[in-house]
Amino acid sequence: MRKAILGKKIGMTQIFSDEGHAIPVTVVKAGPCVVVQKRSLEKDGYSAICVGFEDMKVTRANKAQKGYFGKLPLKRFVREFRLDDAEQYQVGQEIKADVFQPGDIVDVTGTSKGKGFAGGIKRWNFKRGPMAHGSKYHRGPGSLQSRDASRVFKGRKLPGRLGGERVTTQALKVVGVDAERDVILIRGSIPGPKGSLVAIKSSVKAK
Amino acid sequence: MDLVKSVEGAYMKQDRPEFSPGDTVRVHVKVVEGGRERIQVFEGVVIAKKSGGLSETFTVRRVSYGVGVERTFLLNSPRVDKVEVVRKGRVRRAKLYYMRQLTGKAARIKEKR
Repeated sequence: MRKAILGKKIGMTQIFSDEGHAIPVTVVKAGPCVVVQKRSLEKDGYSAICVGFEDMKVTRANKAQKGYFGKLPLKRFVREFRLDDAEQYQVGQEIKADVFQPGDIVDVTGTSKGKGFAGGIKRWNFKRGPMAHGSKYHRGPGSLQSRDASRVFKGRKLPGRLGGERVTTQALKVVGVDAERDVILIRGSIPGPKGSLVAIKSSVKAK
Repeated sequence: MDLVKSVEGAYMKQDRPEFSPGDTVRVHVKVVEGGRERIQVFEGVVIAKKSGGLSETFTVRRVSYGVGVERTFLLNSPRVDKVEVVRKGRVRRAKLYYMRQLTGKAARIKEKR
């Protein structure tokens, strides 16, 4: 069964395993989430659940949001998860951090840290030129194309905006779950800055 | 950030060993050898302590057979069984990296009294 939850990246630390090894972990405040809507094969052509996360003040909501949530508590973020067994969920059902157990393999999706307008070295791992010995070519992009082509081909790797895009890190291990404090500990790093919204799903690679 | 602290809290040692740079300590380390666990003692001078909550570390230096050996331990690691202070040293800075350059008589540290 595939599981999913929304959360907020809190920060990183390390914990100790039973053998005494230090494990790097990311602390995620996951849930409590609410199923706010369901997509069904008959009506929408695919099955999914819409999950809401983080409470919102009534005064902050616009009419459309109030209408959408109806009697359900208002939530700031709503995201859809395509699950095969979406029928098993009921609208209004709560999803807490304990849907995941330690040892589960998950994929984490978030928005990566924005790096602004970045050069070719940072953005595409270009090599730099010599910094000294009379060299005047330091961090440029190099040759753009051959002379015969007389034009720059589409898709040429050049400086530009880097980061701030949707990134999924696959096959991360859950090392700890605390349903009381709504905390999930994930081994390793996850995309995005602290305080950003992340979606945790059962990994597509998990067997 | 306090959520990170509360996660760390569960792994923090309750009886934090008290020592400071310049002290000579005996670190009792649990070593797993062929499926069997035993305790190894590493004695030397604490030349640095690095804070960092749960990730707090300290570095112990000793000279064995004329070769300087430095080991860095995680203070809160369950592998570090206990830290005994053998001798309190009087030093004037927090990081004693200058000890690496010194040998023999110059590498002594005055005892604190």
